[in-house]
Amino acid sequence: MNAWIQAIISVFANPIFYKSTLNQSTPLILAALGGVYSETTGVVNIALEGIMLIGAFGGVVGSYFTGNPWYGLALGILLGVAMAALHAWATIRYAGDQIISGTALILLAQGITGFSLVELFGKPGSTDLVRSIPLVNLGSFENVPFFGRIFSSLSPLVYIAFASVAFSWFLIYKTRLGLRMRSVGNNPEAADTLGVNVYNIRYFGVLMSGVFASLGGAFLSIGELGQFTENMSNGRGFIALAAMIIGNWSPTGAMWAAILFGAASAFNDQLQSQGILHLATNTQYLFGMIPYIITLIVVGGLVGRSRAPSADGIPYIKD
Amino acid sequence: MANDLKKFYMNDKIIVPVISVITSLFIAAIVMIMIGKNPFIAYGALIYGAFGTKGALINNLMKATPLILTGLSVGVGFRAGLFNIGANGQLIIGAILSTYVGTKMIAYPFYLSIPIMIVTGMLGGALWASIAGWLKAARGAHEVITTIMLNYVAIFIANYVVNGPFQAPGGVPKSPKIAYSARFPNLITSGATWLSAGIFVALAAVVVVYILIEKTKTGYEIKAVGFNPYAAEYGGISIGRNTVMAMAISGALAGLAGTMQVMGLYYRYLGALGGSMGFDGITIALIGQNNPIGIAFAAFLISSIRAGSNQMQIAGVSKNIVIIIQGIIIFLVATNRLVKTLMFWKRKEVEEA
Repeated sequence: MNAWIQAIISVFANPIFYKSTLNQSTPLILAALGGVYSETTGVVNIALEGIMLIGAFGGVVGSYFTGNPWYGLALGILLGVAMAALHAWATIRYAGDQIISGTALILLAQGITGFSLVELFGKPGSTDLVRSIPLVNLGSFENVPFFGRIFSSLSPLVYIAFASVAFSWFLIYKTRLGLRMRSVGNNPEAADTLGVNVYNIRYFGVLMSGVFASLGGAFLSIGELGQFTENMSNGRGFIALAAMIIGNWSPTGAMWAAILFGAASAFNDQLQSQGILHLATNTQYLFGMIPYIITLIVVGGLVGRSRAPSADGIPYIKD
Repeated sequence: MANDLKKFYMNDKIIVPVISVITSLFIAAIVMIMIGKNPFIAYGALIYGAFGTKGALINNLMKATPLILTGLSVGVGFRAGLFNIGANGQLIIGAILSTYVGTKMIAYPFYLSIPIMIVTGMLGGALWASIAGWLKAARGAHEVITTIMLNYVAIFIANYVVNGPFQAPGGVPKSPKIAYSARFPNLITSGATWLSAGIFVALAAVVVVYILIEKTKTGYEIKAVGFNPYAAEYGGISIGRNTVMAMAISGALAGLAGTMQVMGLYYRYLGALGGSMGFDGITIALIGQNNPIGIAFAAFLISSIRAGSNQMQIAGVSKNIVIIIQGIIIFLVATNRLVKTLMFWKRKEVEEA
């Protein structure tokens, strides 16, 4: 027991844990924000997982062919928005089932990236290494003990993620557009009667989810390493969806939940690598399931309660 | 007019999936042309790989066995208005529990160990799915989220046990093998492939599910809740009880799918045993329009495409195209269904005018 406490303290005392938390939270924050945009306007988007994947792939392809990772980022976002547009078209224009469309897009993203990977790079599994987005150097701040090590050499996308949370909070709660988004998500009939174009607002929400989810995906591929591997989103889109729910469909709430999941994952990694406790390697699986169990407990309303926008998931059909 | 409409709608059940499948194969053919491959050669290879030899056909039917069951699993959920995206997790829990029981069956005769294995696998899947059913019925938690989460929990549990307490030595993480008496006999063997008796279990499940859904009170209640939960409740049918019931049946079928892989193919639990069968089940249920017989055919279609894709890969087209094909089929079913509904409304408007 004593060794456990020592081990846990050693993890929390290590700046690498906090750095890793920031890095692991970033894609989740971005994708969860995407979910917030879509669902605030009333469209469930489980395709986040697929959009992240195609965003990650686009990032590497763009960087590979232009040599500029920022163009890669742009291509990733473009492909992510295109995929979100398919979802929007199916679910808004044709009032298609949002879950079925989302499922289709997850498969499409897996198929397209796996297929193109072989076509473009000549082998399955992973791409060549490409240039990744340069990390931010904080100069003399990096010499500050502890905090310097946490914030040294982070990807600019980490900062962009947190800035996006502030931006999204302002947009959704403090602007006319945000008010319209929320009204369309809660009571589309009333919004329609008041002259709000329900379809356009929903298109906006879903397309924005494409922007943020693919940004999160691009972080995975060109944020640090500069490589795409098959299925590299690896369920993060679903975790992001869970973060959005636990965060009660708000940008800040989603951010905190994403940080919680990121921290849980970072904690698990660090606990395996600390030298005090010699854990059997399979304990990582026991700790790994914790975020999913937390989500089950929260969505089950066993602790606290989260509430979706009233018209979330219901297609709007104008009479 | 009303009769015409009804006929139109009835035909829809066949037209929508058929058009979706054909369109997706057509789009995939265009993709092949774009990368400079001949789609006729590729599809020829696919057909040869699926049906061309005795071994190919056996492999195809072996792949169809669990797919029929996951398709039925998702289909039963759909009939109750539930989207069970968690067949994969239910399959894993069913497989791992039945494997555990199967390793303890050394002293039992086959006529005891085989039914015990099957029942254990079904119970495991049913219990796992019931968690989502209960969370929905009692707490209002959406089954899509809970079943996705339960999938991951199941994967982690399985990884934990086959990397520790239930690990067989050497190589990839895997469990010990089950007793001989708990294994299905092989019906036909051809080289390294064989067809196990599991295919009969899957076909029996088609019949049982058909009777259950179409001919029993339970089936009627499940369908009523799926069709209009509030009307059903007004008519004295409990939404909660039937939600849990439908999830349990759905999970039992998924658990059975995993058990078939253990009893007929691997004889143990392997890390990759679940594969993509949960998602395949969704494709199959949508193509089969949630009808058990339609699902059996749809499962055979998907197993043929999957089985043939290796041959197609040898012909130079990456087998990832199969996932693209499935994605397009699901996407078209999602949109097509409503396209047809819109047409239905338009006709109604004409009628009213």
